[in-house]
Amino acid sequence: MSGKIDISVTVNGASYNRSVEPRMLLSDFLRHELGLTGTHVGCEHGVCGACTILLDGRSARSCLTLAVQVDGQEIETVEGQGSREELGRVQTAFRDHHGLQCGFCTPGFIMTITDMLHHHPLESDEQIRDALSGNICRCTGYQHIVNAVRELAKERGPLQ
Amino acid sequence: MKPVAFDYVRAQSVAEAVAALTSSGGEGKVIAGGQSLMPMMNFRMVRPSVLVDINRIPGLDRIEERGERLHVGALVRHRMTASDPVIGRHLPVLHAVMENVAHLTVRNRGTFCGSVCHADPAAEMPMMTLLLNGGVHVASPRGERVVAARDFLLSSLTTALEEDEMVTGIALDTLPPGTGWGFEEFARRHGDYALAAVVATMEGRDGCARNVRVAVMGVGDTATRLPGVEAALEGQRVDEDVIAGAVERLRAEIEPNSDLNGSADYRRHLAGVLAARVFRAAWTRAQEGGAA
Ligand SMILES: Cc1cc2nc3c(=O)[nH]c(=O)nc-3n(C[C@H](O)[C@H](O)[C@H](O)COP(=O)(O)OP(=O)(O)OC[C@H]3O[C@@H](n4cnc5c(N)ncnc54)[C@H](O)[C@@H]3O)c2cc1C
Ligand code: FES
Ligand code: FES
Repeated sequence: MSGKIDISVTVNGASYNRSVEPRMLLSDFLRHELGLTGTHVGCEHGVCGACTILLDGRSARSCLTLAVQVDGQEIETVEGQGSREELGRVQTAFRDHHGLQCGFCTPGFIMTITDMLHHHPLESDEQIRDALSGNICRCTGYQHIVNAVRELAKERGPLQ
Repeated sequence: MKPVAFDYVRAQSVAEAVAALTSSGGEGKVIAGGQSLMPMMNFRMVRPSVLVDINRIPGLDRIEERGERLHVGALVRHRMTASDPVIGRHLPVLHAVMENVAHLTVRNRGTFCGSVCHADPAAEMPMMTLLLNGGVHVASPRGERVVAARDFLLSSLTTALEEDEMVTGIALDTLPPGTGWGFEEFARRHGDYALAAVVATMEGRDGCARNVRVAVMGVGDTATRLPGVEAALEGQRVDEDVIAGAVERLRAEIEPNSDLNGSADYRRHLAGVLAARVFRAAWTRAQEGGAA
């Protein structure tokens, strides 16, 4: 029972072929098989949002997804959002607005916000806070994160 | 924690999925969005020996008008239910309710039918399925059957689904344009499971409430319709006296449990407060012709 299964996935534009046990969580696959430790693991039951990634362009909990399920699909993680030399747009807004302290929750916020900027109306603070409500941060008190998103939302303009 | 080891079947059709469930001899589990199942597997509270993934079965991800009813396929995600224009046209109340379900990332994956199969007493989708006289379409090696929502939702986390069956979709009533609706829930944090919620719909005809439907959740082993409360409102001009009578009836009819979020008495009180607001809102909308 539970022999390994071959999968091929694209992560941040690079394709990977691996053989995985069905029970391997996507979060563990990214961290342990691919060495992409930017995706953090907090609660492993869908509540904290630290493990959020993009799956075919939409945010998903990698701790509630199995690696075997994403065969043939495209994943984006925080590593694809920018580099130390050249931060991505959401990362820059976080730096400018002090949107992080310890940084544990940050990769999940960055990925959730990337989804929000593509798909969600963000015209009021209420809408911004509602869209962020699935990600928990123990440090910042959220205000600086909301400030960062407000600037990004303004820059984006109204959704379509 | 991590799940125990299991075999994985990626079903390409409903027939393949039910065949895999059958050959697992009762040890199989369907995975749809995984937003309730995976936490339970990570905690090892659920240990299937075969996991049957239905996510790649074509054709299940649609919301369709079928005669007077709307058919919500097994892969319709919360995000779709919350924003689909067909639902907006026929069931504005469902749009309003869906705004309170979980958070955007969970809504991207979680399915309407998966929530009904999970049958959490504090989940919105089972309550809405009861309110809208849902017919649960169930497939098995024996063919298809349709189970009425009230016969499907048996109690907390328990449904009438047999081991070799899967749900392919749920048919819901549409409501006539202009139907008034009200919905209120109280959760400790927006998007979390609610301590209690009340939903009602009614048409306003000749100055009276007609075709009244009332459902509650979080105040019993399963979401439920409240026929006595519906009767207290049916045919009435819904003024404050009628509302007070209906609220009293509601508090008598429900059997809430105590848990660490609130005592049974607190929940009974809360449900009544929410209900009064819901009946007022539904009546006002019914008189305005249901304008959202
Ligand atoms: C952080 C968080 C917050 C949440 N907040 C809320 C909330 O406020 N309100 C709310 O209602 N829910 C909430 N949920 C739960 C969410 O709505 C789930 O998505 C939903 O309950 C289950 O749907 P699913 O498609 O993910 O099902 P899964 O997790 O895949 O499955 C759930 C159960 O149903 C069975 N099942 C699923 N589909 C089928 C099928 N087609 N046929 C037969 N069996 C099937 C599975 O075998 C399993 O037993 C929350 C979840 C999380 C992680
Ligand atoms: S680790 Fe996935 S949501 Fe917390
Ligand atoms: S910055 Fe520390 S948890 Fe958010």
